Amino acid sequence: MSQIGSYALLLALALSAYCFLAGSLALARPGAGSERVGETARRAGIAVFALVFLASVVLVVSAFQDDFSIAYIFHHSNRDLPAPYKFATLWSGQEGSLLFWSLLLAIYGLVLRLRYKTDARLFAYASVIIAAVQVFFLMLLNFAAHPFAVMQGSIPADGNGLNPLLQYPEMVIHPPMLYLGYVGFTIPFAFAMAALIMRYPGERWIHITRRWTMVTWGFLTVGIFLGAHWAYSVLGWGGYWGWDPVENASLMPWLTGTAFLHSVMMQEKRGMLKVWNMWLVFATFWLAILGTFLTRSGIISSVHAFAQSSIGDWFAWFLALSFASFMFFFVKNKSHLRSEHKLESLVSRESSFLFNNLLFVLACFTVLWGTWFPKISEWVQDKKVTVGAPFYNNVAIPVTLLLLLLTAVGPLLAWRKTSLESLKRNFLWPSIGALAVGAAMMIFGVRPWNDISYFYSLMAAMLAALVVLTVVSEFVRGGRVIARHTGQNLLGSMLHLWHRNTRRYGGYIVHFGVAMVVIGILGTPFNKDVEKEMGFGDKMTLGPYTLVCQSYTQDDNPNYSNEWAIINVMRGDKQITTMYPERRFYKASQQAQTIPRIYATVAEDFLLVKDLYIVYEGVNQDTGRPIIKAHLNPLVPWIWLGVIVMVLGTISALIPNAAPVRVSAPARVQPAPVGAGD
Amino acid sequence: MLMSKLSLHNRIFKLALVLVAIFTFLGAGDESARFKDLGHRLMCVCGCSQILLECNHVGCTYSDRMRGELMAALDNGNNDDLTLQSFVQKYGTTVLAAPTKAGFNRVAWIMPYVALVLGLAMTILLVRKWKSRALPSMAGGVRPVTGPELDQFREQARRETDL
Repeated sequence: MSQIGSYALLLALALSAYCFLAGSLALARPGAGSERVGETARRAGIAVFALVFLASVVLVVSAFQDDFSIAYIFHHSNRDLPAPYKFATLWSGQEGSLLFWSLLLAIYGLVLRLRYKTDARLFAYASVIIAAVQVFFLMLLNFAAHPFAVMQGSIPADGNGLNPLLQYPEMVIHPPMLYLGYVGFTIPFAFAMAALIMRYPGERWIHITRRWTMVTWGFLTVGIFLGAHWAYSVLGWGGYWGWDPVENASLMPWLTGTAFLHSVMMQEKRGMLKVWNMWLVFATFWLAILGTFLTRSGIISSVHAFAQSSIGDWFAWFLALSFASFMFFFVKNKSHLRSEHKLESLVSRESSFLFNNLLFVLACFTVLWGTWFPKISEWVQDKKVTVGAPFYNNVAIPVTLLLLLLTAVGPLLAWRKTSLESLKRNFLWPSIGALAVGAAMMIFGVRPWNDISYFYSLMAAMLAALVVLTVVSEFVRGGRVIARHTGQNLLGSMLHLWHRNTRRYGGYIVHFGVAMVVIGILGTPFNKDVEKEMGFGDKMTLGPYTLVCQSYTQDDNPNYSNEWAIINVMRGDKQITTMYPERRFYKASQQAQTIPRIYATVAEDFLLVKDLYIVYEGVNQDTGRPIIKAHLNPLVPWIWLGVIVMVLGTISALIPNAAPVRVSAPARVQPAPVGAGD
Repeated sequence: MLMSKLSLHNRIFKLALVLVAIFTFLGAGDESARFKDLGHRLMCVCGCSQILLECNHVGCTYSDRMRGELMAALDNGNNDDLTLQSFVQKYGTTVLAAPTKAGFNRVAWIMPYVALVLGLAMTILLVRKWKSRALPSMAGGVRPVTGPELDQFREQARRETDL
C-alpha cells in the first residue's frame, strides 16, 4: 500500500516538473508547436492532482487499516482512535500536513487549469507558477518529509495515537480551513506574477482573481477563528488568543491579505497602487510560506509547533528563491505598473484606503517583529527574551482601534472627494449613537482613567457602535430610496439593494461582523475567575452565579478513561444549568487532558451575554480534593457570532450582482442621500 | 449678581472635582489586582509558553509554585520592580512576558512606532506627489473634468441614478 503512495508522489513530482518546464518553454518560445507543448503541460498539471489525490487516499486508507508499517501512521494514529480523527491523521503530523498542502494546491491548480479558456495565456503563466510551487512541496514530500516512510524492524501492534489536544471535533475542520487559506493565496500570487511577467494590459487579471482572493481570505478567516475557538474550548485557560508564534504565523498573511482586498479596489476603479498591490499579494503568499517555515523549522519555540526538523532549510531556500524571482521580474517590468490617476482630496475613499493599508501593514510588521525579536535578541545580545501578550497588546490594540475608525468612516467616503455636507449627513447620527454608547458604559461603571484596558474597551465599544450604525444607516438609506421607487417594504428593499451591488454590501456585512468580533474582545478586561477545591455540596461564587458541586463520576472507553465533575449553576435561588467539566486520560499516548465546559448566559443576560467557563483542573495531591476553576468571560459569544456574520458577508459578496435594470428616462426624484458607491 | 454667578461656577467646579475623585478611587488597585497584573507579566517556565496565571496544563510542576512565590513577594511588601527582578534572578530573562524597556530590548518597543512614523511619512509624501500629479490627457485631447464641474456631474448622476 505504502509503495502505491510513494510512486504516486514520485510521478507527481516528475509531472509537476514537466508542467513547469514545458509550460515555461511554450510561453517563452511562442510559435508552431508551442501550443501543443503548452497543452501537454496543462494536462500534466491536471494529472498531478490525480496522483497527489491518490497518495492522500492511500495515507487515509492506511490510517483506517491501522497499517503501522508506515511510520507516520504509527506516530499519529492508533487502533482505538475514532474514525473522524483517523481521517484527520492526514494533516495531524509534519509529513501528512505537507501532503495535504500539496493536495490543496493540486485542487486549486486543477480548477485553474480547467478554467483556462477565460484567458488562455494568462492562465498558462499562472499554471506554470503554481507548478513551480508544487515542485517545491513534492520535492519536500519525496526527499525530506516522506509520509510513506516504513518502520524499521518489526511492525508495532498499535500506534502512539493522536495528540490528545487534537482529539476535538474542531480539529477535523480547523487545519483544512487554515490550509485552504494559506495555499489559496498561491493563486492570486500566481496571477499577479503572471501579469507582471507578461506585462498584462489593464486590470482584468484582478477581476479574474477577485473571487479567488475573497474565497481564500474567507477560508483563512474561518481557519484562524476556528483555531481560536479550539484554543478556548480545549486548552482550558479561559482565553482564545495567546500571541503564540504559530497563531502569529496565521495572522500575518491574513493582515496583508485583508490590506490587499481593500487596496485592490483602488487599482480596479482608479488604476492606482499597482506597485503596492503587486507587493502586497507577494507578501501575503510569502508570509504564508514563512509561517509554515516558522511552524516547522523549530527556529522559534511555540506551544503548538511541529517538531524541529531539517525541512526548515528547504523552506529557507524556497523563501529566498521566491523572493529573488519576484524581485527579478519586478525590477524588469516595474515600468508597466505606473499609476494612471491623481489623488484629488485627502478626504476621499482613496486616502482612507491608503491609511487602512498603512495600518494593516504596520500591524503585520508588529506581529512579524514581535515573533522574530526573541531570535534577534539571541543573535545581538546572546540573551533570550519572551515577547508575549503585553508587548502585542501595547501596539496592536491602538492600531486595531484606528483600523476600526477607518472601517466606520472609509466606506462612506466618496471616491475622489467627499464634501463636508456629505460627511455630516452620513456621520451625524452614527456619531451621536457611538457617544451614547460611551456615556452608557461610563454610567454603568467603566472608568477609562483607572486602567488603560478600560480606556481601550470604552474606545472599542464606541468605535464598534460607530461601525454598526454607519453600516445600518447605509442599508436603511439605500433601502428607503429603493422602497420609494418600487413600493417594496424596507427589508425587501435592502435585500434588493444588496443584490444590486453584492460586493459593496457584502463588504459592509463583513464590517458589521468585524464590529461584533471587537465587541466580543472588549469584554476581556472585565473577565473574572475563581479557583477552589470542591467536595460534595461545596459552593463557589462567581459574579451573580453560585456553583454547587453535586458529584464526581468516572467512565471508560477504549480510547480514554475520564472523570467528570457535576456542577449545578445557580443564579439567586434558581438553578439555570448543570455543567460537566471533564478530565481525560488517553491510553495510547498516556497523556491527560482537561475538557472545559462552557455555558453562554444568553437567556440570563441577552446582549450582555457572558461565558461561564468551568475547568476540572485535577486533584490536589496533598488533600485529595478535586480543584475546580471557573471563569466568567463577558461578551465572548459575540466573537463567534461575529465570525459567522463575516463569513456570511464574504459569501454574499461572492454572489453575482443582479442584472442592471434598464430605464428609458431619468427618474425625477430628490437627490438620494446615499454614501459614496463602491 | 456677578458674585452669585462666580459662586455657582465655584460650586460646579468643586462638584466636578469631587466626582472625578470619586470615579478615580472607585476600583483602585488592591493586592489581588496587583497579583493579577504581575501574574500576567510573567510566563510559566515549564515550557508551555503560557502566561503564568493562564497556565493550567495538567501536571504542571511550576505554575503553582511560582504563583505561591508571587503571592509571598506581595505579602512581603515588595514593590513591582523588585518582585519581577526576583523572578528574573531565579528563572532567567525569559520569565518576563515582554522585553524590558532597557538596553537593546528597547528596540523591540521602539520599532513598531518607528515603522508607524516612517509609514505615515511615506503615505503623506505619496499623497502630496499624487495630488501634484498632472492629469493624464485622453485620446483626442479631452481632459477629465475636475472641481465644481465634476461636482455638478456627480450631483446629476446621483439624481438620475438615485444611488
